[in-house]
Amino acid sequence: MHDFTIKEKILSKNDELAGENRVLLRERGVYSINMVSSPGSGKTSVIEKTLEALKGKLEVAVIEGDLQTDLDAQRIKKHGVPVRQITTGKACHLDAHLVGGALDWLFSHPEVRLLIIENVGNMVCPAEYDLGEDAKVVVMSAPEGDDKPLKYPAIFHASDVLLINKTDLIPHTDFSMARARKNALAINPGLKIFETSCVTGEGIDAWVNYLTGEMMTVVP
Amino acid sequence: MSITISMMEIVREHMARVGLKGLKRLKVRVGELTAVEPRALSFCFEAYVKGTEFEGAALDIEEVPYLGRCTGCGEKFHMEGFLQLCPRCEGVHIEELSGTELEIVSMEAS
Repeated sequence: MHDFTIKEKILSKNDELAGENRVLLRERGVYSINMVSSPGSGKTSVIEKTLEALKGKLEVAVIEGDLQTDLDAQRIKKHGVPVRQITTGKACHLDAHLVGGALDWLFSHPEVRLLIIENVGNMVCPAEYDLGEDAKVVVMSAPEGDDKPLKYPAIFHASDVLLINKTDLIPHTDFSMARARKNALAINPGLKIFETSCVTGEGIDAWVNYLTGEMMTVVP
Repeated sequence: MSITISMMEIVREHMARVGLKGLKRLKVRVGELTAVEPRALSFCFEAYVKGTEFEGAALDIEEVPYLGRCTGCGEKFHMEGFLQLCPRCEGVHIEELSGTELEIVSMEAS
């Protein structure tokens, strides 16, 4: 019987592939974000609003991750941007290998400067899988409750930006924005928070300005 | 399950490299703040090894608490409820000491 010390991260292979994706994206001058949330928080709507705000200003491409169907990709396609659907079957998250497989497609659109990756709706596993993105953006919607960050700490801890979406519905719930912010910042003091509504358009400009500003610092 | 598959691929590679076949015990560390539930990992491990060359192997999971150190007063503490808040001085500038690990530590094989 032999004892071996291994000392290796379980997701080392994914991290390695994510690193390769990051290098390739950087070489092509593409800034990328990985959007994560629970199902139904409004990720696709936020992306659509972001595309509308950036129309004519910046070339964007979208990768859609879903278990089944290309319904989200069809929604995005209407905005006239390149979109690639990745169906994961039963896997509850995108991984660096799946995203890496879409990069040739992405680079066939050399005008693209911003890549938005919409992850599978799930607040657990996507926290552990680096895709090679520059920033992870977690979306939670007001009706989900202001205690969401406390219930899913790993994803809030791993993210750079938090979008608190569906603010137009707050009057119909007992959601407290102050508590939501306090809970999110207690888990991750560095989180940048925006309050958005895809119905009223609240906060979308602030979010998009921030996003393009960040992009300019990484890929000027 | 995909975590388990990644884990066992690493084990398989290591065993092939040193020419071993029988895995007896695998030791891993799982941080409190990861999205991995130790009981679910054990369950997936059992399901994975059944009928493979790893059948009969045991999985030891060391759960690593989410610990931090307050950069203000130096207090070391367990981040209860994952909150980055010093229980002594209520400082919010906390250096993370542990709790995000997701790694294979060692294996016993013949």
